[in-house]
Amino acid sequence: MDMANQARIKETAEKFGSDQVVVILGGAEAESAGLTAETVINGDPTYAGPLTNIALKLPVYHILEIKDLVEPEVYDDQISMMEMVLDVEAIKNEMESIRRQFS
Amino acid sequence: MAFPVIKATGYILVHAPRIMMEHGTTITMEKQHNPDSNYLQNIEKKIRDFDMAVRYAPNQVYIGNLTPEELRLIPQPWYDNLADQDRQGKYGEIIPENEFYAAMKIADSFQLVELEEEFAVKIKNILAAKNIYSEKQLVLFDRSSSRDQIKDLVSSGTAEGLYENRQLVGCVRRAHESDPNLSAHVIFENLVAKASGVLALKNLLYRNDMDPAAIDYIIETSEEAIGDMNQRGGGNLAKAIGEAAECMNATGVDMRGFCAGPAHGMLAAAALVQSGIFQNVAVMAGGSSAKLGMNSRDHVAKDMPVLEDMVGGYAVLVSANDGQNPVIRTDIVGKHKISSGSSPQAVIQAIVVDPLEKNDLKITDVDVYAPELQNAEITAPAGAGDVPLANYKMIGAMAVKRGEITRDKLNDFASRHGVIGFAPTQGHIPSGVPLLGYIRDSIREGKMQRAMIIGKGSLFLGRMTDLFDGISFIIEGNSGVVESGGIDDAAEFKQEIRNMLADAIQELARSVAGR
Repeated sequence: MDMANQARIKETAEKFGSDQVVVILGGAEAESAGLTAETVINGDPTYAGPLTNIALKLPVYHILEIKDLVEPEVYDDQISMMEMVLDVEAIKNEMESIRRQFS
Repeated sequence: MAFPVIKATGYILVHAPRIMMEHGTTITMEKQHNPDSNYLQNIEKKIRDFDMAVRYAPNQVYIGNLTPEELRLIPQPWYDNLADQDRQGKYGEIIPENEFYAAMKIADSFQLVELEEEFAVKIKNILAAKNIYSEKQLVLFDRSSSRDQIKDLVSSGTAEGLYENRQLVGCVRRAHESDPNLSAHVIFENLVAKASGVLALKNLLYRNDMDPAAIDYIIETSEEAIGDMNQRGGGNLAKAIGEAAECMNATGVDMRGFCAGPAHGMLAAAALVQSGIFQNVAVMAGGSSAKLGMNSRDHVAKDMPVLEDMVGGYAVLVSANDGQNPVIRTDIVGKHKISSGSSPQAVIQAIVVDPLEKNDLKITDVDVYAPELQNAEITAPAGAGDVPLANYKMIGAMAVKRGEITRDKLNDFASRHGVIGFAPTQGHIPSGVPLLGYIRDSIREGKMQRAMIIGKGSLFLGRMTDLFDGISFIIEGNSGVVESGGIDDAAEFKQEIRNMLADAIQELARSVAGR
């Protein structure tokens, strides 16, 4: 996960409290989405960024997992094209597995 | 409307492994922070020689010896299945590093490039046999320095070395004692962009029998900033390149937009030509030394050759309509507006769908799309996937959403309306423009009717905005009818007829009165 984004997540969680923040991912690929999820739950696994050794335990979902919570019109406008392009199952499975492992 | 045409193209690649090792930012950063890493210890073993770089099939597509369709048929990895073609191509050539040092020397207006004596003699003989450099340019190689002088300059930190087979054969000196924008490193980077740009423009000119004097204006679209500490991006690399390519009637300007720069440049050129301001505008760019070896860490880790050892360059000549060459449809232009939004869907809608819709065209009415055309064999090992394929899938998904194709045809869309990526990962270089030579040929041969060029740029890299950018235009076959213009011309024509009629009547009246 990109250093600047790690810093932003860390700052946001400190400012509002970890119980007030939910992270929604939009990554195009299962492995990178999984790594990002792991980072905001358990800390940066590459030991390179601001979240190294900091387990924020934030709830984290991929946008494709929470389709039902989004206004259908907005979803159609913003996400439906990518839903056709991406490997939705692989992303969902990876997200679930990461949450099981680290949450 | 008298749409402008794409009259000629030129494409060059420079095989630059030593420049990569000294100036590629991934490698130089590693040298600074982790000098003993496995990556640095192993990278030398994974560097390709010139022959392998020449025979690498994607490079052969870039210079026009293979078509993208032919590339699709060559099994991967392409670095193991080398092609048979040589360094000369239909659109340009692949240049070895030592000849490129000579091109840097010729491109250097301030005597900042020093070449070692023996090397200078050797390279002068090679260049003289090639017949593309003037006597005046060849004389430059008679002035050389001793190896010790060059060593001293490099070890004092005031010059950057030029290496051949890991031997010091020259250097690029700094242009100022304390100005960071004129340091040896920056001058080196800018001379790489200039010299590779000159080679691209020269290839366009001599391979198409074009008179350099016919070029009126040059738009340079690389990503380098040329200037000193008081004007870091002042420019004007375009005019500097024009001078070195002997385009004596040209001036020009640098246009920047990250990877979208070339597409913006093409549209500006089209506007200048269609308006009649200029007849022949060259849009072009040289390549980047910093981006060499960007993904080399992953290439080394995956035990494959380091494939990012190529500096790229391109040049396209946009000219007044000649009734033959494919036209740029300046009335079908897509743009990503500030308000367009940054989701991939919003981007494709703005750049691809909106301009087509406005002109009653369907997504499937475009034969070939040319988005970012990076070679996936370079990007996939680093986890960045197949960029062109991802673009084609997104455009195809929009066609599904609009009911133009069924969902089960989505996978075919990429091969029907796209090409396989073949361009080096040089930022602005892979962005749409590498396909212009192929598109021009295919349209002229009647194999293609319509293509869309898509330029996209990651503006957030400069930290001034987190916006993304994109711009597109359509290229079509020439109807053969060169219309001389729109309403203004028609009105002028009518007035001329009125004047002729009036003259004839006056003449008639005089002759009747004379009787």
